[in-house]
Amino acid sequence: MSCEIRIDGLVKRFGGSTVLNGIDLHLKPGERVAIIGPSGTGKSTLLRCLNFLDRPDEGRITLGDLSLDAARAHRDEILALRRRTGFVFQNYALFANKTARQNIMEGLTTVRGWPEAKAGARADAILRQIGLGDRGDSYPAGLSGGQQQRVGIGRAMALEADLMLFDEPTSALDPEWVGEVLDLIRRIAGGRQTMLIVTHEMQFAREIADRVVFMEGGRIVEQGPPDRIFGAAEDERTRAFLRRVG
Amino acid sequence: MLDIAYMGELVPVIAGYVPLTLFMAVVAMAAALVLAAILAIVRVLRLPVLDRIVAVFISFFRGTPLLVQLFLFYYGLPQLLAFMTNINGVTAAIFGLTLHFAAYMAESIRGAILGVDRSQWEAAQSIGMTQAQLLRRIILPQAARIAAPTLMNYFIDMIKSTSLAFTLGVTEMMGAAQKEAAGSFLYLEAFLVVALFYWAIVEVLSVGQRRLELRLGKAVAR
Repeated sequence: MSCEIRIDGLVKRFGGSTVLNGIDLHLKPGERVAIIGPSGTGKSTLLRCLNFLDRPDEGRITLGDLSLDAARAHRDEILALRRRTGFVFQNYALFANKTARQNIMEGLTTVRGWPEAKAGARADAILRQIGLGDRGDSYPAGLSGGQQQRVGIGRAMALEADLMLFDEPTSALDPEWVGEVLDLIRRIAGGRQTMLIVTHEMQFAREIADRVVFMEGGRIVEQGPPDRIFGAAEDERTRAFLRRVG
Repeated sequence: MLDIAYMGELVPVIAGYVPLTLFMAVVAMAAALVLAAILAIVRVLRLPVLDRIVAVFISFFRGTPLLVQLFLFYYGLPQLLAFMTNINGVTAAIFGLTLHFAAYMAESIRGAILGVDRSQWEAAQSIGMTQAQLLRRIILPQAARIAAPTLMNYFIDMIKSTSLAFTLGVTEMMGAAQKEAAGSFLYLEAFLVVALFYWAIVEVLSVGQRRLELRLGKAVAR
């Protein structure tokens, strides 16, 4: 469930522009890293590249014994990588044709080949963990934004991934639902789940992260323990950003 | 005036051919659905080479009249292909209807697949589904809901189009009415009865259509 994660020299170009300009990032098992920075700076693209939702152009991604050369990654390697990384989407992206319980089960039955009963039991346990024990049979359209995002997190949790990726998990939520989603992520973080979280919630990043990474212009500008980044950032760009977001 | 008594006599005669009409329509519809889904997927995924072939296939079967296609299958192709020499009218009709309607349905299924939100693809990919798994488990079920009303219309059209099998010498509902009329010279009555039969079948189906749409819509209902 936990292994060393290394990202080396990751580059992503869209058309003529370079969105990720050589990202190096290493995560220790159980480490929780928050990525902050201005909009359009490649934070989300970095997460999406780690799951090959966007295909990186160059670089290497290593999860324990699985190591992919981005430029040459084979279909089976990409599937293996995705099966070891959970992804939580900004807009939840629950399967609209499946109930909350089925959303959580889907990766276990279809992808891992677990029997229905075993996957169902696991889904029920997760539904209780995410505080939706009684809403398993609801379709996404019948759930609030906060509930949908909790199911989205539950779906990613079910995979027991080596790395969980959170792509601005509260940005699309009405303010009233942000708290419950952050609480859930806090609890997962408490379980020493290795995670990479892109967020605009600075207080939250400071509170749960072991390390904060500041990105700008497709590069990592500065990284360090939350207290240092938020309290005594070395780079002027980091300080300017933190002043802007207050 | 209409010979009502004669029309009454025709009812059981035409009714006897309803099963054949439905058989042709149901078999051709089932085959056309499968073929259309495959054609649509080829187009959506832009599979190299196949994509071009499918585009030409769809263009041809949408661009030529169904009657011409049926004549090609029944009268034309057997001259070229020995194994088709003994093709019977029902088989040729099912074959022609399948290809013709598959071409139309492929386009509406393709539109429906493209109508499924991009995030559904990404979510399925993110948990490690293969292309086949994500299409079968996530995308196609949602596309089916979007495409259902259109596909049902094609099925209704299909039922009515089975009447063209009569031009291949098949005695189905239309063929039976034609034979009866030729004997009695009561064309108006005979064709009116067969028209009422088609109408009734389509009406029954429309009720089924509404039920199906309610069922497929349950995931989006609150």
